[in-house]
Amino acid sequence: MKLPWGAATPLLLAALAGTTWASSAHNTDPQSNTNATNGTEGNSGLTSLPIVTWKWHHVEQPYLMALWVLVCWLCKLVFELNHKLTATIPESALLIFIGFVLGGMIWGADKAQTFTLTPVTFFYYLLPQIILDAGYFMPNKLFFGNMGAILTYAILGTVWNAVTVGLSLWGVYLGGIMGDLKINLLEFMLFGSLLSAVDPVAVLAVFEEVHVNEVLFILVFGESLLNDGVTVVLYNVCDAFVTLGADRINAVEIIKGIVSFLVVAFGGALVGVVFAVLLSLLTRCTKNIQIIEPGFIFVVSYLSYLTAEMLSLSSILAITFCGVCCQKYVNANMAESSVTTVRYAMKVFANGSETIIFVFLGISAIDPEIWVWNTAFILLTLVFVLVYRIIGVFALTWILNRFRLIPLEIIDQVVLSYGGLRGAVAYALAFMLDGNKVREKNLMISTTLIVVYFTVVLQGVTMKPLVNWLKVKRTSKTEVSLIEKLQNRAFDHILIAIEDISGQIGHNYMREKWNKFEEKWLRPILMKSSARKKQDQLFNVFHQLNLKDAMSYVTEGERCGSLAFVRSENNVNLDFKKKLASDISDIMPDINSDSSDTGPYTIPMTCIMQDNVPTVCLDVEEDMRGKSMRDTENINTHHVLQMHLYKARKQHRHRYSRKEMGLNKDENEVQEIFQRTMRNRLESFKSTKMGVTQSKKIKPAKKDQIPNGKHKTHSFEDADFSDDNVFSSDFAGGVASGGGGPTRLSIRSGGGIENPAFMPDVDHASPLHTPPWSAVVDDGVAPSQRAQVQLPWSPSNASRLTPLRISTRSNDSFILADRPTAQGEQPPPSQPKSTPK
Amino acid sequence: MGSSNSTLSKIPNLGRLIEETGFTPAHIKRLYKRFQALDKGNKGYLSPQDFGSVKELATNPIGDRIIGAFFSQGQETVDFHSFVRILAHFRPLDKNRAKRPDSPEPINSRISKLRFAFQLYDQDNDGKISRDELLQVLRTMLEMQVTEEQLESIADRTIQEADLDGDNAISFDEFRKSLEKVNIEHKMSSRFLH
Repeated sequence: MKLPWGAATPLLLAALAGTTWASSAHNTDPQSNTNATNGTEGNSGLTSLPIVTWKWHHVEQPYLMALWVLVCWLCKLVFELNHKLTATIPESALLIFIGFVLGGMIWGADKAQTFTLTPVTFFYYLLPQIILDAGYFMPNKLFFGNMGAILTYAILGTVWNAVTVGLSLWGVYLGGIMGDLKINLLEFMLFGSLLSAVDPVAVLAVFEEVHVNEVLFILVFGESLLNDGVTVVLYNVCDAFVTLGADRINAVEIIKGIVSFLVVAFGGALVGVVFAVLLSLLTRCTKNIQIIEPGFIFVVSYLSYLTAEMLSLSSILAITFCGVCCQKYVNANMAESSVTTVRYAMKVFANGSETIIFVFLGISAIDPEIWVWNTAFILLTLVFVLVYRIIGVFALTWILNRFRLIPLEIIDQVVLSYGGLRGAVAYALAFMLDGNKVREKNLMISTTLIVVYFTVVLQGVTMKPLVNWLKVKRTSKTEVSLIEKLQNRAFDHILIAIEDISGQIGHNYMREKWNKFEEKWLRPILMKSSARKKQDQLFNVFHQLNLKDAMSYVTEGERCGSLAFVRSENNVNLDFKKKLASDISDIMPDINSDSSDTGPYTIPMTCIMQDNVPTVCLDVEEDMRGKSMRDTENINTHHVLQMHLYKARKQHRHRYSRKEMGLNKDENEVQEIFQRTMRNRLESFKSTKMGVTQSKKIKPAKKDQIPNGKHKTHSFEDADFSDDNVFSSDFAGGVASGGGGPTRLSIRSGGGIENPAFMPDVDHASPLHTPPWSAVVDDGVAPSQRAQVQLPWSPSNASRLTPLRISTRSNDSFILADRPTAQGEQPPPSQPKSTPK
Repeated sequence: MGSSNSTLSKIPNLGRLIEETGFTPAHIKRLYKRFQALDKGNKGYLSPQDFGSVKELATNPIGDRIIGAFFSQGQETVDFHSFVRILAHFRPLDKNRAKRPDSPEPINSRISKLRFAFQLYDQDNDGKISRDELLQVLRTMLEMQVTEEQLESIADRTIQEADLDGDNAISFDEFRKSLEKVNIEHKMSSRFLH
């Protein structure tokens, strides 16, 4: 949950600033003016300086906006408290109901509906965020893999819906059932087109809770996303026809209409791709302004939307494709924290606008002015919308199935046709109708609302039972596993090979060609060179898994009350252990520690007995051994002190910078100290076990040497464990540098996890059965061995891990050397541990 | 139609082949043409060199393994029947075909698809994917991007994920279980053109 708000605030502000609940502003103007006259402004003859003044009018607009956002979000909060409710009724339906209630209250107070969802608000501020979110999180492989089907549904299906609904309504109208309406054929077509789109907002809201299988999901979702663009285009064409008037439409105009349809749709997609390229290029060079890096994503994609709108191309398609195309490169280029930020901010915006949209869909209904009832018209529209959707889906699927590898089953088709939810796009389009040209505008709005309510509420509620009843294949939430990833990769290769051998140019062949092209041309241009290197997905999965393990390991460790294992493997300790292997008797007495249960701030100092062999030999560099004993000792002393002593807390606190999100070093220090305390305590525990007396004294004199600068040294101490980046690079580095000497990376990644204290079944009764020095000491660290042993203990895999898997092949001296210590490290459960905070 | 019949008539035991693989005669005909195209010099069988002439295969990291899968143990040739039989592994599952209880496991069933994939790893045919075998595959598939140490740890981790009996190798059963959730039917199927 990193800074979900921080960087993206500009856009939010922009969204809010623009979110004029236009009508409200106008309608409340007189009121507020009267308020103003009664209030301060009326008092022009000020006699004395007012201390505070009431300036409602001053803040009214932004205040109302913010308040509405708050109210909508609170609504969501309220019913999210009850999981049973949201499990049966989809959120979208609940939000609409809340909208009814709120609308009723407003109407009761004002006797007029002062707040409605205006198309400007909707199309410019609410919709882009949702579409961008959808595009940005689009599972690309699935999306493009099913592109053919999605496009078929989105284009042919939508046109089919529009035309059939329009024509059928017109036919029935001619039959005279609807009575006297002033609608001509073109207006019927216009109406049909605005109702034709399946709404992504509504569909997502419902399908996200249902968890149908991924193919079905991508079909419904991709269709709803793309056909919005199509619908808007269709609507505009029809609108233009209506404006032209029936008598001026001839074959040429119709062909023009079709051409414009294609140009608008594909042009919009093209604009999106262009902006995606720009965005990818941009993120290549935002390294130094990391804090606003995430902002670029939002601003540039929003610009793609507006640009497309400006060119009268399909803005929805533009922003969709911008999101779809940029995601890969952007995610690779940006820092990990920025990626997280974008992800969360995107969700905040999208979910936020979704909530607002549904609430306002509800509110808009409570307005007697728009309600014009015509039973035949409304009912027939509803029936036609449903029936033609079903016919359309089945017909198109029948065609598609002739080409599909895995045909869509009847059940899938039922869900697909039942998932034809209409939503806010239809409503906004209806609202946009020009009342002068379309005389029955209000009838159309109310019909649209009815259709929206019917589909969102009724179909939404029944969707889940239907899916259950039909036993639609669901997705099972699976954990990523390496073998699956590996196997998927292998499957891809196999299929490509099979297509090559059997001599056909199929889907896989094309994909392979695209991948090759992408790798050769696009990646070098759009991706940072550093990011390109770690592009291998399989390795990323491996990395993620390890990261997760490390996290759960830490969590587990913390739960057990000790963090000592996290940092117990550092140079000091390890080298100490090495020495331990060679001459234990010399060293043991020198380990000074304070075993009393001190708080984290009373620092137990490990100090060095001057006359002895240096206890803590820091051969971070091998050549240090060549130096004289005295020198080494001095350096050691200095180093140890640097690491063990901290500046007072205050001086690190309250650092505020707009440019960077500094980590709270302070907390690290505390942790550090805590861990050190623990470690020292454990050392002493161990030495007691070994029957060595402790000769420790804290030497206050050493305090002179406290470095007065930062406590930073070149060592691992700076690495903050909570920082993903550092940790991850550590890990990768650790694995990479595996064969080398005792670098800190390999030590940490390997040793830290190898802690029997957290392996439940290790026999603690005989802690010192394998003295480390009796083991083969060899610097060659085989990471594979580490990999074997380093799965942490967690309930799910405990059983597999319990046998401590150090095979005889293990030559990892660090791990082995660690064992006795680690076993000694088992903190007595009775001892109260304070979490370092 | 005349030409198609003449092509088909050249294939011996056509009926059995169709029965066995589930390909339609049109499929078989197409594959036969492909077979002939690959078969340099009309030997009536394919040798590994014939496969080598498919140049895309050379860039496929596990291409040679897949070629190897066409040749049964110790043999240097593959005739048309075996060729089709191998390819039949990749036919999509058909739901409509009535499954007779007594009929043998169809060649394109989930299990045989999996077994095909498994055998690509299991080069020594001992029924187990050992660490070394896995490493070899990993090495070819990940190529340059990862160091040897990383490869090894990935291999170890992969084995650990699947290995249930702790023998540090993946048996077919374990392989099958670990891929239980993968949509094999989809991922190991190719659309064969007519």
